[in-house]
Amino acid sequence: MIVELIDYLRDRLKSVIKICYGVLASLVVIDAIPSIVDKHHAHTWVEHYPGFWALFGFVACVLIIILSKWFGHQGIMTREDYYDD
Amino acid sequence: MMIDSWLHPSLILICGALLLPFIKGMPRRAFLVLIPVLTFIDIWQFSPHGTFAVVNVMDWQLTFGRIDRLSQVFGYIMSLMCIIGTIYGLHVKDDLQHIAAWFYVAGSLGAIYAGDYLVLFLFWELMAFSSVFLVWFRGREQSLATGYRYLLVHTAGGLILLCGFVLRYKATGDLSFTLMDVTHPQLYTYLIMCGLILNAAVPPLHSWLPDAYGEATVTGAVFMCAFTTKTAIYALARSCAGMEILVPLGVVMALYGVVYAVLENDCRRLLAWHIISQVGYMVAGVGIGTELAINGACAHAFAHILYKGLLFMGCGSVLHMTGKSKFTELGGLYKKMPRTFVFTLIGGLSISAFPLFSGFVSKSMIIAAGFEEHILWAGFLLTLASAGTFLHTGLKVPYFIWFGKNNCSDETWEKAEDPPWNMQVAMGMASFLCIFIGCYTAYLYDMLPNPVDYHPYTAYHLSETMQILLFTALGFFLLIKKLTPEPTISIDLDWFYRKGGRAFLWMAKKPLQFIDTCVGEIYRVIGLVPLMTVAGFWSWFDWHAIDGVVDGVARSVRCIGSSVRHAQSGQLQYNIFWAVTIAASLLLTYVFA
Repeated sequence: MIVELIDYLRDRLKSVIKICYGVLASLVVIDAIPSIVDKHHAHTWVEHYPGFWALFGFVACVLIIILSKWFGHQGIMTREDYYDD
Repeated sequence: MMIDSWLHPSLILICGALLLPFIKGMPRRAFLVLIPVLTFIDIWQFSPHGTFAVVNVMDWQLTFGRIDRLSQVFGYIMSLMCIIGTIYGLHVKDDLQHIAAWFYVAGSLGAIYAGDYLVLFLFWELMAFSSVFLVWFRGREQSLATGYRYLLVHTAGGLILLCGFVLRYKATGDLSFTLMDVTHPQLYTYLIMCGLILNAAVPPLHSWLPDAYGEATVTGAVFMCAFTTKTAIYALARSCAGMEILVPLGVVMALYGVVYAVLENDCRRLLAWHIISQVGYMVAGVGIGTELAINGACAHAFAHILYKGLLFMGCGSVLHMTGKSKFTELGGLYKKMPRTFVFTLIGGLSISAFPLFSGFVSKSMIIAAGFEEHILWAGFLLTLASAGTFLHTGLKVPYFIWFGKNNCSDETWEKAEDPPWNMQVAMGMASFLCIFIGCYTAYLYDMLPNPVDYHPYTAYHLSETMQILLFTALGFFLLIKKLTPEPTISIDLDWFYRKGGRAFLWMAKKPLQFIDTCVGEIYRVIGLVPLMTVAGFWSWFDWHAIDGVVDGVARSVRCIGSSVRHAQSGQLQYNIFWAVTIAASLLLTYVFA
């Protein structure tokens, strides 16, 4: 059953991707509606901007990947038998 | 209040471990489940608050059982994880693995219920010395070296802890394991903290963790990921709550684990890096030290034990079935191991703090405590690390094992299938609990040490979390090529003792051996010849002078003896004759001289 569901979704990958983009956009839209998302208890002023956390998540992800990979390629990542000599 | 009727839960496990080799056949499996269940019931059912098992040894009063809300929540989850871990390893025929695991849990529970530093130290060492076997039993060539490194680091940590509480005892006369005066820290406060944070794997004292957990046996890693670091969090919450230095240490830890997880190619080592990252939240929570933060640290430890155990069980199942744990040797397995995929995904969503999963109700408490105390930088950086958590554990692990490019060899593909029933049952139990905690918050919140006035399911929190997570997912899929696994290892701070150890060996082999050879040669030329000459002289002297004198005396005595023997004919009249003659001669000499 699990395999069939996954295959079903994979066969319709383009539609799935479109739905995902729709979900992403609606998250930001919902965040901008004060009657749904009450930001009274937000701790900082930046959080009041709609979609702040969406931007934060995306930038965080990109920064983590690029900076970590850059760091890794400065000689931190090495061959698997490095300690075997 | 003294309670005498409480049976120490460690005792049940230790007795069970000692009896296990004598139980064979079908009852063995029942026994394997029974002992952890009895331990759990012992903790859950009979839990009066107070102290028990107080023993007087010389001048010290040792407390083996101090039960309060803090020790209870940790005791509860540790014993629960012991049940799940044992069921997961039910197929393991080697008794020694179960014995090592139970002794390890006994050590952890003993440390949790310890009322003073001596008892804590005793169980602390029991944990280190029993868990190392879970690495050694993997049986690979490198397992032995990894185990020794693990043991050496933990022995060093134990000694630092020992130094700390001995100095504290000398200064204050107090051995009790309670909250220290963290506002006026002394040398001993820092030493105790260092001993504890080594077990919590705080950088730079962390390299033992990915090293050992990546190398442990499949079932061993499930136990190891739960007990050592979380016992350390308990000990920190008990003794160092509110110690400000722990906040930056925790935040660095949360980010450090994330960075190394990006570079990691081995799925179990990646999970190990994320233990460091997640324990970072708990360390920071202990450092913040408010009621909410301590609650958060405990709740996160509770949730973490379950979802991290689940993730190690999922990746362990892949390793158990295929013999592979590297992303570059796996991929596309969803058709072969679908149930394992679902279980691992539940673990991944829990650690990523998705709504309705356990991490959502625990991790956010710590971040909220940071914001409430106006430590904004800590709040934002911990949120950033949580994006990294979802990136790896929620996305990278499932994607590169069950989807992505199929790197499996024919043999790996052939072997891959869902693991034996007992492993699936254990994963099912952990999955259920991860979702149950996420949906029914009162279950966990009612157990926490402080009263809880925190509501995770607010519209703002939901909106914030979903934005962070789903936009992280967007970043992941846009940059997926950058994340393609590479068959490498990452150099970490263990380089210093791994290569340092080699430098020492090289020193011993090359320069020291050279010096030794030179000294030997010099000794041979300069020392040995005169020595032989002197020795030759003394030999001659001994032979001719000493022996000459000794032998000469001996020869003379023998000669005299022989003469005397001849003189002694045995006839009484001759004896009287000679005696009288000599006496007369002496008398005459005396009279006339």
